[in-house]
Order: sequence, then C-alpha cells, then structure tokens
Amino acid sequence: MNSFWIVLAAVLYLAFLFGLANLAERRSLFKNSWVNNPYVYALSLAVYCTAWTFYGSVGHAVKNGADFLAVYVGPTMLIPLWWLVFRKIIRICKAERITNIADFVSARYGKDHALGIIVTVLCIFGLVPYISIQLKAIANSFRVLAGNDGSTSFLTDKAFYMAIILAIFTILFGARKLEATERHEGMVTVIAFESLIKLSAFLAVGIFVTYGIFDGFGDITQRAAAVEPLQKLFAIPQNQTGNWFWHCLLSGLAIMFLPRQFQLAVVENVNENHLKKAMWLFPLYLLVINIFVMPIALGGYLVFGNTIPADSYVLALPLHFGQKGLAILTYLGGFSAASGMIIVECTALTVMISNNLVMPFIVRRPNWEGWMGSSISEWVINLRRVSIVLLIGLAYLYYKIVSDRHSLVSVGLVSFAAVAQLAPVVIGGLFWKRPTREGATGGLLFGGAVWFYTLIIPLLVSAGYLPLSLLEKGLLGEAWLRPEALFGMTGLDSISHGLFWSLLVNILFYVYGSLFYSLSAQEQSQANLFVDIFQYSDSAKSSVAWKGKALLVDIKNLLHSFFGQSRADRLLDVFVKRNNINLKTTYADPRLVNYAEKLLGGAVGTTSARTLVASVAKEEKITVDEVIDILKTSQELKNLNRELQRKTDELERVGDELKRSNERLTHTDRMKDDFLSTVTHEIRTPLTSIRALSEIVYDYPDLKSDERQHFLGTVIKETERLSRLINQVLDLERYDSGLYVLQYDKFSPRELINEALVSLHQLARERQVSIRFNSQDYLPEIIADRDRLMQVLVNLLSNALKFTETEKGAVVLDAYYENDVIYFRITDNGQGVDIKFQELIFDKFYQAQNQTTRKPKGSGLGLAICRRIVELHGGQIWVNSKVGDGATFTFKIPINQLSSKIV
Amino acid sequence: MNQRSKILIVDDEPNILLSLEFLMKKEGYQVFIARDGEEAFEIIEKQFPDLVLLDIMMPKIDGYEVCSFIKSRPDLAAIKVVFMSAKSKDTDIQKGYSLGADLYVAKPFSTRELIMKVQDLLTINTPKSELLARQNNPQQQ
Repeated sequence: MNSFWIVLAAVLYLAFLFGLANLAERRSLFKNSWVNNPYVYALSLAVYCTAWTFYGSVGHAVKNGADFLAVYVGPTMLIPLWWLVFRKIIRICKAERITNIADFVSARYGKDHALGIIVTVLCIFGLVPYISIQLKAIANSFRVLAGNDGSTSFLTDKAFYMAIILAIFTILFGARKLEATERHEGMVTVIAFESLIKLSAFLAVGIFVTYGIFDGFGDITQRAAAVEPLQKLFAIPQNQTGNWFWHCLLSGLAIMFLPRQFQLAVVENVNENHLKKAMWLFPLYLLVINIFVMPIALGGYLVFGNTIPADSYVLALPLHFGQKGLAILTYLGGFSAASGMIIVECTALTVMISNNLVMPFIVRRPNWEGWMGSSISEWVINLRRVSIVLLIGLAYLYYKIVSDRHSLVSVGLVSFAAVAQLAPVVIGGLFWKRPTREGATGGLLFGGAVWFYTLIIPLLVSAGYLPLSLLEKGLLGEAWLRPEALFGMTGLDSISHGLFWSLLVNILFYVYGSLFYSLSAQEQSQANLFVDIFQYSDSAKSSVAWKGKALLVDIKNLLHSFFGQSRADRLLDVFVKRNNINLKTTYADPRLVNYAEKLLGGAVGTTSARTLVASVAKEEKITVDEVIDILKTSQELKNLNRELQRKTDELERVGDELKRSNERLTHTDRMKDDFLSTVTHEIRTPLTSIRALSEIVYDYPDLKSDERQHFLGTVIKETERLSRLINQVLDLERYDSGLYVLQYDKFSPRELINEALVSLHQLARERQVSIRFNSQDYLPEIIADRDRLMQVLVNLLSNALKFTETEKGAVVLDAYYENDVIYFRITDNGQGVDIKFQELIFDKFYQAQNQTTRKPKGSGLGLAICRRIVELHGGQIWVNSKVGDGATFTFKIPINQLSSKIV
Repeated sequence: MNQRSKILIVDDEPNILLSLEFLMKKEGYQVFIARDGEEAFEIIEKQFPDLVLLDIMMPKIDGYEVCSFIKSRPDLAAIKVVFMSAKSKDTDIQKGYSLGADLYVAKPFSTRELIMKVQDLLTINTPKSELLARQNNPQQQ
C-alpha cells in the first residue's frame, strides 16, 4: 500500500478527532456535556488498552500463552479497591485542586517540592519507554501496511514523522489554554471515541480470523494443537503461578497510578458516581477486547510461522488475505490505541513537568514576573508544548535505541513497575496519618533505584550500552548484586523479580521513615486533610492551618497574571459569594488566600502555588502545636455542636411533650369547666322552682289550702331533687378520684332484682308502665357491692320507666349467666337513644358540650355513675337502641374476678 | 277585660311553669304555657302574645332559636322577649341580647322583680288609658 495514503488516513483521522474534540468543548460550554456521562467515563478509562493490548497481547500470547491476561485480570481483581481509593482521591483532588499524581504526592506530604520532583522524574523514566512502544507499534504497523522499505535513517523513517504529527496533536488536545481545573472535555471525548474504534477494529479482525480464515474457535485450536511450538501454550506451566501473582498485582497497582489513568479517572471525573458504573463497564471492556487474542495468535502462527514478528499478526492477517479495508480499519484501531495513550500520557506528564520541574524554580527567582513578561499563562502553555515535544522526542530516541529490540509487552511491564512504586505512598497516604515526608522520599528514591537497577539496567545491557558481565557476574563482581537475581533470588521472571525487590525496598523505607521521623505542622495538617477528606466536604473548610497576612490586591494581581483579569475575577466572584467574604478589606480573608493558592495549584502545581502565595503573603511560621490546637478546636467545636444538636433535639421533644400535656390539661380543664357549669345549671333549676313557689306562698297568704299544699309539696320534692343531685355529684367525684372502696358481699342476683323491682313498683304504677322479669333458672351467687349494684339496677329501671309513654310503656328485665359473667339487660319501648349519643350518655352531663338543647330528663349523672360502678366491678355497660324503637341497656358483672377478694 | 296583655311562658321544668303561670295570672295577664320550643312556635303564631318568658335549655328547639324566630319576623318583632335561664355566663347573656331579647333574667330570680320588669316592658307599648285602668284596678280578673 502506498505510504502516502497511509499517512493521509492517519492525519485525516486525527483531524476528525480534533473536530470531535472541538465539538465536545463547545457542547460543554452550553452545559450539554458529553463527558458528564458514566459510559463516556468508562470508555475513556479504556485508554488503558494501548498498542500493547492491540498488537502486543497477540505477540505475547504466541510466546507465553494465557500469560498476556495477567495485566487484565489484575485490574479486574483490584477494581473493588477503586471505590475506596479513587473516590477518596477524586474528592481530595476536587477539594484541593490537584491535577496530577506528582502534585498529589507532594501535597499529601506537606506540599514537599522534592517529592514532586521525584515522582515526576520517576514517571518520566518509567513512561518514556511506554510511550516509545506506542511509537514502535505505529511504525511497525506502518511498515506492515506499506511494506518494509528497509531505510533506517530517521529522515526517511515514517515513525519519526508520525511522532511529529502526534506531538502536534497532543499539543492541540492537551495544551491549549491554562485551566485551573486542568480538565479537557474534548480530549476525553476523543479518547472515549478511540476506545470504541480500537475495540471494534480488534473485534472485526478477531471475527475475520476466527470465522473468515478458519472455521471457529474449535477449528483453530485443533489445528494449533497439531503444531509443536504451539502445544506448550495449552499447558499451564507448573512453576509460573508466582509470576502470575506478581503480574496481576503489578497491573492492578499500575492502572491506579499511571499518570494517564489518574488524569482520566480523577482529574477528568465529573461525578463520583460515574465511578460505580465504570467499575463494571471497564472490566467488561477488558474482557471483550481479549476474547480474540488467542485465536488471532494461534491463527497468525499457523499462517506465518516465525516469518514475521508476532506483534504484527493483527495487521498482517487481514492484509495477507487481501482485506485492505479491514487492514486500514485495524491500522486505525491500533493507531487509536497508541495515539490515545500518547496524547493523555504526555498531557499528564507535561503538567507534572511544568508544575514540579520548572515552575517552582522560576517563581522562586526574585523578579520572576519581570523576567517572564506580562502573559504568564502563555508562557506556561508554551513550556508545556515544549515538554510535549521533548517527551515524544525522548520516546522516539528510546524506541530507536532500546524498544526496537524488545517486544511491546516486556517494555510496557517495565513501565508498570515504575508506576507501581507510587502505590505505597499514595495508598498509605490516603488511610494512614503517620507517614512522613522522609518516609515517602526514602521509599520512592530507593524503590525507584531498585527498579532502575533490576529492570532498566538489563535492558541497557541487552542494548549493548553496558557490559554483559554486569548481568552475569553482578556489580563489582559481587554475585548477589546481579540485577536479575538480587541476593541470589531466582525462579521468578525478571519483571516479577524486579517488582518484588523494588516494592519491598520501597515499603521498608517508607514505613521506617514514617515511624522514625516526626511530622511537621504542614505535614500534620495535610495528613488530616487527606485522610479525613470526607469530613471536610466543603473545600472552604480546609483552610485549617494558614496563618498570616496577604494584601487583597496582591492576591488579585497574582490571579490576574495567571488566568487573565476577567476569568480571575469570575472565579473570585463565585467563591466570595458562596462564602460571604468581604472584599472591601485591605488584607485578604484567609479562606480567600487558600482558595487562590488552590486555583494557582491547579495551573502551576502545588509547590509553585505555595511559593507564589508565600511571595505576596507575610506568612507566620505555624507550629505543630498550633495545628494540633486548631484541629482540636475544630474537633471540640464539632463535639460541642453535636452536643448542642442533641440538646436541641431533647428540648424539642420536651417541648412537644409539654405541648401535648398542656393540650391534655386544657381539655381536662374544659371538661371540668363544662361539668361545673352544668352542675350549677342543674342546681339552679330546682332552686328557681323552690324560690318562686315559696315566694308565692309567702306573698299570697290568701292561697287556697290545696294550692298551698301543692306548692309546698313541690318545694319539698325540688329540695329532695337538689340533695339527690348534690349526692350524685359527690358520689361521682369519689368514684372518679378512686376514693370509693367497694363493699363486697356474697348474694343472689335474683334477690337483688326482686328487691329493685319492689322499690320501683310504686313508680311503675304511677306511670302505668309494666315491668316484666325473665331469668335463667340458675343464676349463681355473685360477689359484689350489693348496694351499688342495686343503685345501678334501680337507676336503669327508673330511666326505662320514665322514658316510656304512660300506659303503653313496657319494660323487660333479663338476667342470664354465661362464662362466669352475669348479664343484666333492661329493655324499654320508649323513644330510644340516637346513635350519636349512645356513647355520650354515659359521660357526666354530656349535653354540656356547648349545647343548649338538653337531654330530655334526668340529672345527666345517673348513667355516668352506673358506668363507674360497673367498671369498678370489672364489668361493662352499653346501650343498643334505635330512635323511636326503644332502648336496651346491658351491663355485665364477672363473678370470678371478685372471689379472690372476699376470701 | 279588653286588651289584656298576653304572656307566653316557655320552660321544660313543670314546677317553674306552675309557679310562673300562677303569678302571671295573679297579675291579670292572659297566660299561655309551652313545654318546649315547638309548642312555643305554635302558640306564638296563633296567639300573638305581647311578651314571652323564655327558658333557654330545652329539648329539641332551644330558647335562642325561639327568640331569633320572633325577632326575625316583622309581624312578630314587637313581641317582648324575656330570657330566664340558669346559664349565667356573660357570653350567654350577651348572646341573648344580641338575638334581640328585651331582658335577660338569671335563675333563680325574685318573683317580685320579675313581675315588675314584665310590667315595665308591657307599659311602654300599652295605651295610656288601659295603663291607667290597670293601675286603678290591679287585681282585675
């Protein structure tokens, strides 16, 4: 294929991606972001799958069988950790405006500049080889497509030109303007899109090989099993499980701390909850993209044997079978995998470089502003552009010198091991407050050194830059210093070996340094901030430990020079409004200073920001005691607050209770009031008659004698009524207050009834109402207060007599015995009781409820007294009635409940 | 016997009816009695009494209702209404007056005072000649 067309395809593809990025950025301006979406987030994380995955897995599988899977199994197994680790990192980075892993480590350990440098250098050392294999993959794929022209001079080397093109696009995507958040929606969109392209391209090749060239999975494996070099791939080597473990661990750790993964998972994260979806989508992606690795590897070997490098099978297979379209798609898929990695990795690395290797040194110089001129942000951007070019240039050189001789996977794993060195300081720093700057520095330095010694030195030896004797006889001829067999350790492959020793040394120094050095104030405060991040949900609260004075105008000028006047003012405005900060003061509010430092930190890194702010602020040295004091105060305040909240709750509860009991009291009070006014009313009525009649007798001495007799008789009756009423009121009060004690006696209910009937005989005759008594043959004796029960019976019977019409009236009394209970039932054929009064009539003076129409007859206390008496006996009283159809009053008295009381 | 004032006594207490009926008759009025609001309506419509002695707490229809019935009918509005009630709270009394009552007497009351107040009320609208005639012969009838 003509190489011009291949380059053109790549450039057109990149131009398309660039357009896509622009579109995405524009959409994000209109709050219609593509990136605010868990699927895009998960797809962007698939930047993890680079050319290594796309081309290298197949190459690795041809040699080592299923080993290639370790770098996907590792991340999948460790993915539950993401929720613990990444969510916390995301929260911290959002609050502290941290934009890369170097700044994260440096900020965690007291904003220590040296640490930022170490992490940055480690990452450059570790990742340049990784970037170089992407270039190698692109160059190789180019070579496969175009046919090897055999030239080696870089002027005719396509890889060189591709590197230049990629550098340009990386600058376009990643270093366009200075942002305090360092977020790039366009870049994320492009990466997510590329993830889709590489997945579909790889699946297309896989399907073509499996079902187009061969006849399914079964066919390929059958044929492969017949080829001798492939047979070993089907067996699991006995002594390699150790390597598996280390490779899984290595990739599981690396994926969390690779700068590009950090960039996409943390810095570009829009919403913490996207992480949840990504935690299953991302492993799914890994699974799908690996389905066809084995078939392509076996199929490729069956077709090509050893004639071409296995890393190029993916592209060579469609080409070999004349599928040019598929070949171009595959090429673009591989290009996507490689370019995505390069773009994001370089963007992340350049931010680290400018924030940690350049800016801190510049802003520390006196008069740096004059030296740089007015457009500082322009300067920073240019710095980053230069770093991108340098990085890609370095990667190209490394590719030319080293990578070209090694497989994609072996170089990639070395890079992973470098990044894995960050695991102890980051994870330890998230959950443990004790680690010190010294510990972190020691761990990283010595771990990094061991990594270099065990993994890079052998590569350099094999490239011919160091003598072979170093590997075979060890440093200075000491055998225990052999880079690939430290302390004589053998049996692990070189990666596992290097990882084991470097991590071991790293952790030892980290823990040792942390335990034997003390924390500075700054470290203490940062440790609290990071470990307890979920307690400081509002970033403004985190200015725990800042003491000093800064002129407001200085802070403003600082922000203006980095972000431009209008952007800086807008950023300030938002913060000032949210936190109610007064901008009219001469000195800036400490929260504002802190915020400014974080904004600057986003743009130029934690340490530079610190230097910048310190340059305009007269900061007082803050001591550990003070930090601890501040923290303690805030802790005490929090406790106090909690206590106060508890008290408030309690008060509220008590208040509610009071309100309820007050309501109860008011209710009782109103009842009492009603009762009183009814009693007075009931007393005044007979009094009125008595007074009127006696005045008549007094004023009219010439009354006829029968008239006088009648009047005086009435007076006497009314007086009796009055005394009865007063007695009833007193009775009721005694029952209500519980003062009354029943006088128990054993008696026959039949006798009681007879006696009651006799006493009412007169009334019945007067009213010409008949009374009938029905009873079971057997009624057991009852133990109760005889007089009280008599009172109830007489009351109910006389009511019945009064409420029936003269002559037509009929009253029936039934008594029966059932389950140790005696029922008394009084039925009349009077006017009945309305359903709405059936409960009320047993209340004292029920008609008192602001009513002016009254109950027809009676004092209104009789039934209330009856109920009290029955209830004192442990019984019940009720009425069944229909208006106009008579009423049935029933009460029941248990006979058993009382037996115990008399004996 | 012409133009004797008609008095209606409404109360559910038979003994109060008994005493007031006796007294008013002694004073020379033509007396009607009713035991509840319903009976009162009937007698008012038929007899057009000059004055009603009205209890408040009664079964079915209470005294307030009877009073507002009287005062709301233009043809009956001239009838004097005297409440006599054991309800002696200020609010009860105010309610009585606001319904148009001419007098509110709390129970128990002095019969002599009641008689005097009834006389006063009836005097206002009674022709002078008859007033004089009655004064001359208080125990007419």
